[in-house]
Parts: sequence; C-alpha cells; structure tokens
Amino acid sequence: MAIGSYLVLSGLLFAIGAAGVFLRRNIITLLLSVEIMLNAVNLAFVAFGRQFGTVDGQIITFFVMTVAAAEAAVGLALVIGLFRHRESLNPEAFTSLKW
Amino acid sequence: MFSNAFDAVIPVICVTLAGLVVMLAESFRGKGERMPMGGLATIGLVGAAASSILLWNRNATSFGVVTADNFSIFVNLVIIAVGILTVIISSQTVDRDRIPSGEYYATLLFAIVGMMLMAQATELLLLFLALETMSIALYVLTGLRRDQVQSTEAAFKYFLLGAFASSFLLYGVAFIYGVTGSTSLDRVGTMIAAQSMSGSPMILLGVGLLLVGFAFKVAAVPFHMWSPDVYEGAPAVVTGFMSTGVKAAAIAAFARVFLTALEPMITDWAPVLWAIAAATMVVGTVVGVAQTSLKRMLAYSSIAHAGYLLLGILAGNDVGKAAILFYLAAYALTNLGAFGIIALLGSRDRANDDLRDYAGLWHSHPALATLMTMFLLSLGGFPPTAGFIGKWYVFSAAVGAGYYGLATIGVLSSVVSVFFYLRIVVMMYMSERDARPVPAPVTGLAMAGLVASLAGVLYLGILPARVIDWAQASVATIF
Repeated sequence: MAIGSYLVLSGLLFAIGAAGVFLRRNIITLLLSVEIMLNAVNLAFVAFGRQFGTVDGQIITFFVMTVAAAEAAVGLALVIGLFRHRESLNPEAFTSLKW
Repeated sequence: MFSNAFDAVIPVICVTLAGLVVMLAESFRGKGERMPMGGLATIGLVGAAASSILLWNRNATSFGVVTADNFSIFVNLVIIAVGILTVIISSQTVDRDRIPSGEYYATLLFAIVGMMLMAQATELLLLFLALETMSIALYVLTGLRRDQVQSTEAAFKYFLLGAFASSFLLYGVAFIYGVTGSTSLDRVGTMIAAQSMSGSPMILLGVGLLLVGFAFKVAAVPFHMWSPDVYEGAPAVVTGFMSTGVKAAAIAAFARVFLTALEPMITDWAPVLWAIAAATMVVGTVVGVAQTSLKRMLAYSSIAHAGYLLLGILAGNDVGKAAILFYLAAYALTNLGAFGIIALLGSRDRANDDLRDYAGLWHSHPALATLMTMFLLSLGGFPPTAGFIGKWYVFSAAVGAGYYGLATIGVLSSVVSVFFYLRIVVMMYMSERDARPVPAPVTGLAMAGLVASLAGVLYLGILPARVIDWAQASVATIF
C-alpha cells in the first residue's frame, strides 16, 4: 500500500480528534479526542519510517506513547478534580473563568 | 571520554537530582515534620547555574541531541534565575496557601528541567519531549489549589489546549521527518537547503503545524485564548513562573528551530510570522486595557510582550537574536517581580488581584507599592529600567532588518500599554483604601527576592552593556 493512503488516514484521524476537542460536550471525550490526535501522528511516523526502511519512526512512536500516557494520567486526575467541584462532566458547567 | 559525553547535560542533571531529592524527602517526611524543601530546590538550581557558567564558551554537546552552546546557556541562566526567585517568593505563599510543599517544589524543578532542555535541544523529538516535561509539570502546578474551582478549571483548560497544541507541533515534526528523513535540526537544515524543497506542500504543512504549535506555547494571537484564563486561575506565583519561564524556553526553541533548520525557508514563514507578531502586539495591548483583574491585565501584557519577542525572531539579524536574549532576561525579572507582589498581597481565600484591591497600596505597603511601580514602569518600557533597553533593542533590530511597519506597530502598542500600567500606579498612590482587609505583611525573605529582581531590572536598565555583550557572544556561536 502506498504511503499516501496512510497519510490520508492519519490526516482524517487528526481532523476527527481536533474537531472532537471543539464539538464534544463531555470532558472525558475531550481527553479521548486529544489521544486520537496523538495516535494520528503516531501513524504518520510509522508510515514515514516504513517508507525510509528504518526503525526511527517506530522508535519515535514509543516516546510519543509514553508522553501520551503521562498526559492521560494528569488529564484524568484533573477530570476527577473538576467532577468533585461541580458533580458534572459537561464543560459548560465550568464557568468560573471566561471560557 | 565518559565525562565529556555528559558535559552538556550537567546543569539539567543538577536540577533533576534536586527534584528527585525533594520528591523523596516528601515521601519520607513524618507527619507534621517540616523540611526545607525550598532550600533543597535552591541548592540544585545554584548547582545548575554554576555548572552552566563553567560550560560558557565550551560548546559542549551530549549524545548528539543536547547542546550547551552560549545561546542555551544564556537562556538557561535566565530560567534558573526565574526558578530561584520563584522559590524565594514561594517560601511565603506555600505556607499561607497550605500547598503541599514537597510536591510543589519537585514539580517546579521538573518544569525547569523541561524548560532547560527545550533551550538546549538540537533534535525535534527531544524538543517535543522537553516541551511535554515542562507542560505536564505546569498543568499540575496550575491545578495545585485543588480546593479552588478556578485553579482546577484553569489547569484542565491549560491541559486540554496544551495537549492540543503539542499534537500540532508533533504532527509538524512528523511531516518534517517524512520529507527529510531526520529529526536532527542540522540534518533537516542541510536537507532543506540542498534540495530547495521550500515549495513542496508537505514541508510547508510541517512548518505550518510547527508554527501553530509554537505560537500556542508562547501565547501568540490567534492562539492566545488559553493564557488569560490560565494565568488568572493559577496561583499567582505559578503564573509568574509560567509567564516568564515558559516564554523564555519556548521563544528560545522557536528561535533555534526557525533560525537554523528552517532558515532556508524564511521567505515562506516570514509573512505568516509578521501577521502573528502584529496581531499579538495589537490584541495584547488593546484587550489588556479593558481588564479589571490585575492577573488578566498582566496576562494580556505578557501576550503583547510575546509579540515584541517574535519581532526579534522575525528580524533574524544578529541584533535581533541578541535582542531576544536581552529582552527575555529583562522581561523575566520584571514580570516575575510584578507577579510576586500580586502573590504576596493575596490571601488564602482570595487572590486580591482586582484593580480595586490596589487602591491606596502606598498607604498600607509603601515598599511594595514602590517596587510594583518600578516593575510596571519596566513593563511599560520607561527608562531607566530594563524594559526600556529591551524594547529599544528589539525595535532597532526590526528597523535594521527593514520591518518599519512592524516596528511602528510595536512602538504604538507599547505607548498604549503604558496607559494600563499607569492606571495601576495611579490606583496605588492616589486612591484611598476602602474597607477591604489589609493583606498580611511580607516576610523578609520574600521581600529580598523582590528587591533582587528590582536590582536586576535596574542593572539591566542602567548598565546594560555587559549583558548585551554576553547576549551578542551567545548568538555568535550558533546561528
């Protein structure tokens, strides 16, 4: 399969994730959307690495996955913190700052 | 050659070790036992500063991805100074706000590690990892006041938009890797120059995404929406730390990437950066005028200052690069001092950051009012303060590079910004204090920190020649 197909898929996933950040109305889904964006990038890295015939792309992916895991940990902790304050997962419930 | 291989990362190792020691100390701390966490953090930071100074002019590199050229050493020293002053000012607020001190100082140190590595990275993947180390630590710092809904909200907002921006940056790295087959800045630069790829859509996409990612991190318009809210919700000390340290690290990385590896494509990205810089200066100033919360006002002021820094990157000549470094130093000391005062005037339950809270400050806290006046004058760019020399230097670089229009916008916006800085000053001296409770007195240590940053501001403003020489020596080695 040509690299073009992978890049199109990666671009689609990235767009879905980016749209999700703005459109979804649940803060856990917002987190998932950001994860989708990072995984879209991973796909691009692996596809490029495959094209060059090196493992660089796949190694980079491991680093990105680690970062994503660390981010998810902090993100979920913050979601719990928010939920304790407002008993809601709807971002519109959080208005003490001008969003 | 074991020792040489690690030379460039010694300062980073110092700070990392201090962070680990603080973290361990916290976990072995008995209930109710007090430990000098701030002292431990300061030891690590001083060690990092000393080793950075020893590395001056040595151009050490480690592992082919970390460099300790003079440019990164200059930025690192600014970041370390920011760190030390933050620790000093925190000594009072951590106790007052009952923030868990071990966690606070450890996270602060890890954020500094990320910032220092951002300035030192010569490889795009390492740059991303450093950026994330810094950002994740900052999300935690922002949300440290878990009992306050604003703090948690600000942290989540910062987290969401920060992660969003990071994935843009990383996608940019992916495309640059896809076109050049490397993530090393050197290789990327030579590949782009050799194959004159500036027209290829993929590399343009990569550079564009990278630009968006960086613009988010330095809070440049139109990617600035997160910063006023985050700056308002975070504890004021953390805001001071964020607005100075992050800006220094992100601008340093921005300058390194765009003025070395992507320099051959300057005709492609310069017009975009022109528009971003102009919009950043104008929006930061105009919207700042309308604010009534001091934290938000200074947030918009820091957006405007990011615009002046972008002006230096855009100028791209030797004067411009040296001007960025000088401006970073001047801005860091000034802004940290201003936020330090806001932090010290707050109380556990209330941030006291409304403009009205500063009415009659001269009568209740004459020393703090004087210090605040000096910091605000420096932010507004009055002589004889650091802000004046910094602005003059940046604008003259822009004029030297032929950006007359942008320099004019910069001067005009900085004239307008004087209005809202002076509004605070007028409030402090000419208004009578209303019935609000007088904030607690400031401890000697925290006051010493503020006086030290004022000394720095005045030194840079009155005798700038030596630091300007250092800044020029810093850029001579790499670009």
